[in-house]
Amino acid sequence: MTTALIGQPVSRVDGRQKVTGRATYAAEFEVPGLAHGAIVRSTIAHGRIASINSVAAERAAGVVAVLTHRNAPRLAYRPHKGAPDPDVGERLHMLQDDQVNHQGQPIALVIAETLEQANHAATLVRVSYTSETGTTDIERIEPVLPTQKNDQGQVRPPETRRGDPEGALAAAEVKVDYTYVIPRENHNPVEMHATIAAWDGDRLTLWDKTQWVHNVADEIAAVFGIPAENVRVVSPFVGGAFGSGLRTWPHVTLAALGARVARRPVKVMLSRREMYYGVGYRPHTVQRVALGASRDGRLAALLHDGYQETSTYEEFSEALLNASRFLHSCPNVYTRHRIARMNVHTPTYMRAPGEASGIFALESAIDELAVALGVDPVELRLRNEPEQDEFKRLPFSSRSTRECYRVAAERFGWSRRTAASRSMRDGRWLIGWGMATATYPMNYAPASAMARLLPDGTAEVRSASSDMGPGTWTSMTQVASDILGLPIERVKFTLGDTRLPRAPVHGGSMTMASVGSAVQAACRKAREDALTRGGANDVTEAMRRLGQPVEASVDVQPGDASQRFSMHAFGAVFAEVAVDPDLGETRVRRIVGAYGAGRIVNPKTARSQCIGGMIGGIGMALMEHSVVDGRNGRVPNANFAEYAVPVHADAPSLMDVIFVEEDDPHVNPLGVKGVGEIAIVGVAPAIANAIFHATGKRIRELPITPDKLL
Amino acid sequence: MHTFILERPRDLAAALAFHAQAGRNDAPAEYIAGGTDMVQLLQEHVRRPERLVSLAGLLDGHIEAGPQGLRLGAAATMADVAVHPAVVEQFPVISEALLNSASPQVRNQATMGGNLLQRTRCPYFRDVGYAACNKRSPGSGCSAIDGENRWHAVVGTSDDCIAANPSDLAVALVALEAGVELRGAGGQRFVPLIDFHRLPGNTPHIESVLEPGEVIAAITVPASSTARRSHYLKVRDRASFEFAVVSAAVALDMDGGRIRAARVALGGVGTKPWRVPKVEAALAGGSLDPAVLRRAAALAAEGAQGRGHNDFKIELMQRAIVRAIETAGARA
Ligand SMILES: Cc1cc2nc3c(=O)[nH]c(=O)nc-3n(C[C@H](O)[C@H](O)[C@H](O)COP(=O)(O)OP(=O)(O)OC[C@H]3O[C@@H](n4cnc5c(N)ncnc54)[C@H](O)[C@@H]3O)c2cc1C
Ligand code: SF4
Repeated sequence: MTTALIGQPVSRVDGRQKVTGRATYAAEFEVPGLAHGAIVRSTIAHGRIASINSVAAERAAGVVAVLTHRNAPRLAYRPHKGAPDPDVGERLHMLQDDQVNHQGQPIALVIAETLEQANHAATLVRVSYTSETGTTDIERIEPVLPTQKNDQGQVRPPETRRGDPEGALAAAEVKVDYTYVIPRENHNPVEMHATIAAWDGDRLTLWDKTQWVHNVADEIAAVFGIPAENVRVVSPFVGGAFGSGLRTWPHVTLAALGARVARRPVKVMLSRREMYYGVGYRPHTVQRVALGASRDGRLAALLHDGYQETSTYEEFSEALLNASRFLHSCPNVYTRHRIARMNVHTPTYMRAPGEASGIFALESAIDELAVALGVDPVELRLRNEPEQDEFKRLPFSSRSTRECYRVAAERFGWSRRTAASRSMRDGRWLIGWGMATATYPMNYAPASAMARLLPDGTAEVRSASSDMGPGTWTSMTQVASDILGLPIERVKFTLGDTRLPRAPVHGGSMTMASVGSAVQAACRKAREDALTRGGANDVTEAMRRLGQPVEASVDVQPGDASQRFSMHAFGAVFAEVAVDPDLGETRVRRIVGAYGAGRIVNPKTARSQCIGGMIGGIGMALMEHSVVDGRNGRVPNANFAEYAVPVHADAPSLMDVIFVEEDDPHVNPLGVKGVGEIAIVGVAPAIANAIFHATGKRIRELPITPDKLL
Repeated sequence: MHTFILERPRDLAAALAFHAQAGRNDAPAEYIAGGTDMVQLLQEHVRRPERLVSLAGLLDGHIEAGPQGLRLGAAATMADVAVHPAVVEQFPVISEALLNSASPQVRNQATMGGNLLQRTRCPYFRDVGYAACNKRSPGSGCSAIDGENRWHAVVGTSDDCIAANPSDLAVALVALEAGVELRGAGGQRFVPLIDFHRLPGNTPHIESVLEPGEVIAAITVPASSTARRSHYLKVRDRASFEFAVVSAAVALDMDGGRIRAARVALGGVGTKPWRVPKVEAALAGGSLDPAVLRRAAALAAEGAQGRGHNDFKIELMQRAIVRAIETAGARA
């Protein structure tokens, strides 16, 4: 046996391919006879297409076809709901009618020999509209409860109540009651979404950027009314997604539709500007948090009432309030989640959807309470540590918050903090130290994997998972090598193809738990089979003796642990900021995060995930903002110059990630909880709390740009 | 991108004959130098010229420093000028403005001439999904005045356009009283940079005094008593690689602790690079005392008009002036 590989900081197995440009992304596949599609998008938010004239576009050089709702084939659009699709509502049907539901909605597809010809011809399509009054200004909309009482199963109840929250708030000795606003944010992965579609009779191949190949196949099959087996989806590499690749977006359908009409392969790639209209986004949220406490810092009341934007055609909702129901101990809790229906396109999940936003509000409010009480923020949280999940009334399978506070505070040097705001300085700079608690649920979904051992002592392991960046390629190879006892170079893991065993969506931080458990089980089964049949006690020797391949396929299913336990990863994030008191500029100087996230399969890639989450959190706290023009729903800053994301210079030189020891036998066979999403949770509130500590200014509306600190 | 003819003339005379004109969306022919701004405008269909006239290899790219001052050939790149020893030592505000602009990759490609003529970052100008933009389509209206205007100017604006000039370099240059050498079919002329860009008035689509055919051939910066003690301060939403929210270029001639003469210009706030002579006059003869600086800086706000989201710039630009002078004043 080789030494255990699970838990080792193995470098990315696909790293060399990526840095030498040999990793092939969706738009880069070379498909003979390829034509290029350019999407014409609406410039109104709500109304009808009165006329659409494509004559000039059709005559332009190189144009193969122009599709509009007037000439596009009618599509089957059989009902289909994948896990990332909202329960209520229906996706927009592409080019099937004259209705416009949002700014930037696809209203025509121009197919030409070259990309430039397609883009040029797209500008020649003449459109006139009959505008209808729409609502694109979230400040003017009265939010409503979602139609469905229990959206997405029981996971996100719109309204919950325990005890007497209003009474307890009224009677509380100390209270804080404020509203927090987070504007719309876009995922902005470095790779833009792209699809190449090629038909062969009624069989379709899609090279696509996606976090879930099988869902793309299922949806496109439903749209075109063909069996899902007829659709092959290939997606080996994903250049970042953060959730933007969870759903199957309209351009995928358009690529397939274009290829069918043109009778040749068609590629559609979104521009950076189109990324703000063609895929979802983190919705604008408005949240009131009211906390009541006794003078000794025990929470007596917690009211968290939030709403978020969604489209008129689908009710998207995210887990905005979940954490408030169990993160801190409180006998009287009320949560209400509402939606604001607007003429916008449907938002979607973006890294830690719900938790990142909800916990910003909650953990800012807890900090405000700490200030009001004159209690240290860490101490206040310790005083309100729950014994169990008070909402579900279940024990936690494991919860390492105390340990996270302790080790992160120690590493950070928290004990040297002076409590008063504006009390710490470095020259002109005001220094602030802030912290926040983080949590994200442990998700585990059914998954399949296949392991095939070969006589030469190598192995092939497969599952149709995805790797949008966390290192799935690497971690699965590690798990397989570890179980099989083979050196890592002898194990080849493959993902991102519907021909492989079905995996769940690569989101919700559940890939390690689900696909990892399937890989583990398949490798165990293959190994045992090989050892028994080969009559040896190591795989290499057994396979040499056997002289023929051994194969094992396994499906894993979560058991009933979720009925018995509340299962979450927890963490604590500490941040130091420096604020220029005159110019309002904030620089994050260091971040320390400690996480109890179960077993860490690869501390190197897990640390990278957490650092990425910290940088993403800096973006959320200080700069990210998709500005929605309330007059018409356009996003004027839909580009990389005016939508700021952190650059190298914004990343603190000190980002410390600590994984506390956690042995949780309940969560899943591998004992992992996932780190991809908890990594961004708590970062924005830790920074906002640090800014308050530095300046005495409480900013309740993100992003905290210089103008807010003048 | 629209179809256009790319001309690669053999010499400057041939180039000038196409009557290309920068900074006007209605010009049928337009120059391209480094292309870092032009290609974006073409890709987003903001510019649709029939003809693009390449200036590659036609203009001087030399950087010369002498007793009269500095001469920057229009083809010199931002990267080369930023680190040129004479610029760094004698005109630090230029070097700092450049090093705080864009990214190393862009600076390697972008030229002096192109920098002065880059188009506004007004997002409505750059998104053809908005029909109304007087600068892009004369007479169509302005989407910014009642829209999201955090990015926009507070001085030099008109009822037709409030777009901010985005160039950092130009702010440093107007503080140093630089000029541009223009060359056209009719010969050569010299224009002080402060007069080169036009206020929007009711013709925001005409951005400079360039005549059809004319090019910027060089930038000249006179030697002065203030240039050596100069500084560029840029305030922005992230630490690097972003246009200015507000910026200040200052140059000081000090006599011990007293300011003998000061030059001050602002970026991010003006429809053109914005020099503030009243602030300069108020600073002359004064000390570096913060209260004194603040009183002088307040004069920059005269006539400034916010439009809602950009109101804060009026306060921030005064603070930027104070800080930039303090920093420059503290220099040896
Ligand atoms: C990502 C990015 C970030 C940026 N950030 C900043 C920043 O922070 N600060 C800043 O100041 N700038 C910034 N810029 C703008 C950059 O400085 C300009 O794009 C660049 O200076 C333009 O130079 P160029 O040679 O590429 O010009 P081109 O793009 O080739 O041309 C720009 C314009 O100038 C005209 N032109 C060019 N040369 C001449 C000439 N000699 N005579 C007459 N007309 C001419 C062209 O016709 C065109 O209208 C940024 C640009 C990018 C792409
Ligand atoms: S400010 Fe000027 S550039 Fe911007 S929309 Fe108005 S007219 Fe156009």
